[in-house]
Amino acid sequence: MTGPAARGGGLEDLLRGAAPRALAAVVRRFGDFADAEDAVQEALIEAARRWPTQGTPENPTGWLIAVASRRMTDKIRADSARRAREERIAAEPEAGPAAEADDTLALIFMCCRPELTPASAVALTLRAVGGLTTAEIAAAFLVPETTMGRRIARAKKTVAAAAEPFGLPAPAERKERLGAVLRVLYLIFNEGYAASEGPELARAELSAEAIRLTRIARLALPEEPEVGGLLALMLLTDARRPARTDADGELVPLDEQDRSRWDAAAIAAGHRMLNEAVAMGAVGPYQLQAAIAAAHDRARRPEDTDWGEILALYGLLERVAPGPMVALNRAVAMAMAEGPQAGLALLVELEPQLEGHHRVHAVRAHLFELAGDVPGAHVEYTRAAELTASLPEQRYLTRRAARLAGGA
Amino acid sequence: MKFMLLQHYGRVEGDVPPMSQWAPEDVEAHIKFQKDLNAELRERGEFVEAQGLTGPEMAKFVLASDDAPIITDGPFAESKELLAGWRTVDVESEERALEIAAQASEGPGPNGVPLRQQIEVRQVMAPIEPSE
Repeated sequence: MTGPAARGGGLEDLLRGAAPRALAAVVRRFGDFADAEDAVQEALIEAARRWPTQGTPENPTGWLIAVASRRMTDKIRADSARRAREERIAAEPEAGPAAEADDTLALIFMCCRPELTPASAVALTLRAVGGLTTAEIAAAFLVPETTMGRRIARAKKTVAAAAEPFGLPAPAERKERLGAVLRVLYLIFNEGYAASEGPELARAELSAEAIRLTRIARLALPEEPEVGGLLALMLLTDARRPARTDADGELVPLDEQDRSRWDAAAIAAGHRMLNEAVAMGAVGPYQLQAAIAAAHDRARRPEDTDWGEILALYGLLERVAPGPMVALNRAVAMAMAEGPQAGLALLVELEPQLEGHHRVHAVRAHLFELAGDVPGAHVEYTRAAELTASLPEQRYLTRRAARLAGGA
Repeated sequence: MKFMLLQHYGRVEGDVPPMSQWAPEDVEAHIKFQKDLNAELRERGEFVEAQGLTGPEMAKFVLASDDAPIITDGPFAESKELLAGWRTVDVESEERALEIAAQASEGPGPNGVPLRQQIEVRQVMAPIEPSE
């Protein structure tokens, strides 16, 4: 198993950037996604083996395309039924560099087909477009390599069965499927950002990869404000990475982070991107979440946070993308803006739609604590810790509960 | 999301003798069932691991004390409550984990009669902050 560190950062970046362009070219030429993906993966392995000793070719993408195409041709020759198609396709002209972003985005659309489960789409996108090896993806998700290999193989079969011609979907269909694409990119980002365990390198890499792919999507679809919104959200969130874990690797909540360690350049870039997206006039959930992240990032100290603005943004978000988490966050913002009693009152109002959601207890605990109801907060923190399926959250909630019991 | 499907020695329907007293072909059939189920989960991209533990006769209980730790050897009266082994699966939903557990519960016992062993299903906590 060759990790990115062993391959060397420069070569790794080069391959990562060249992989989707090579794959797009090979899919375009030969039409068979599953085989093309195998061929490019083999070419990448060949490159990782050869280039460090024999030197990097002048045109790395061209080299990968040539090697992968040769493998495809070998395979097709072995399969005489395909010969006619090979001849027809070989006559078609190659795509120019201007189409590169479009090609990469077309691949992402293929990997995020609606028939695929989110976990499968994430894995396939990382391998086919991100150029990560199966071993690297398996390590990031803490499953055996064989399992990840089968998951990717099944996903490829689904994509192949859909027999979609290579290229961006037609505008109407594209609008409809963009949501699934953005969701997969966001999942990749979040997996890399919110994890507290697993190899650090793998996690940072997942977030960086999600940002890179979203940048490409934005290049190809500059007229879609939600793509810019998602990119802004990622940048504004990722900017806090240096401050969000302590020396022991434990998560530090937002109001306790050392804000001087936030990445000011990333915050500025996120703000710029968000402004451009919002100026297009079609506000969506990613832009609203980015605006909330921006409001937090603007506050130099926790007490400078403009909770009134955040409350208004959650109100809008609840209208365009309702859900229990949004409702809960709005209750927290209400408590911060207008006092804990207002937040608790809103929580009561929202009760029917929050029924059984484990985070209700965590939010109620927090609001009870703000209101000075220590025994109530203790009960709710304890209940929340019992119900969560997240290890970092359980540690946090248990500590909170214990702190209150000690002080009570 | 990952789930552990835990199997205990007891918790089977009716009176089933220990596996060491089964007919050889019944033992073979049971082992084949377990291996086939693992292969199926691997094929679906859901398999994480499957582990069996040494028998309850080998189990020891350890308790720290003011002096040396207190170590208790078997056999234990409550050995049927001990863990026999587990599977970990990585699936899309709790429903799917329950479906696999139901399948595992059907493992064949003596004369090929399904054991209907109770499977304990527990979600493994994710090393990730909840996002929704």
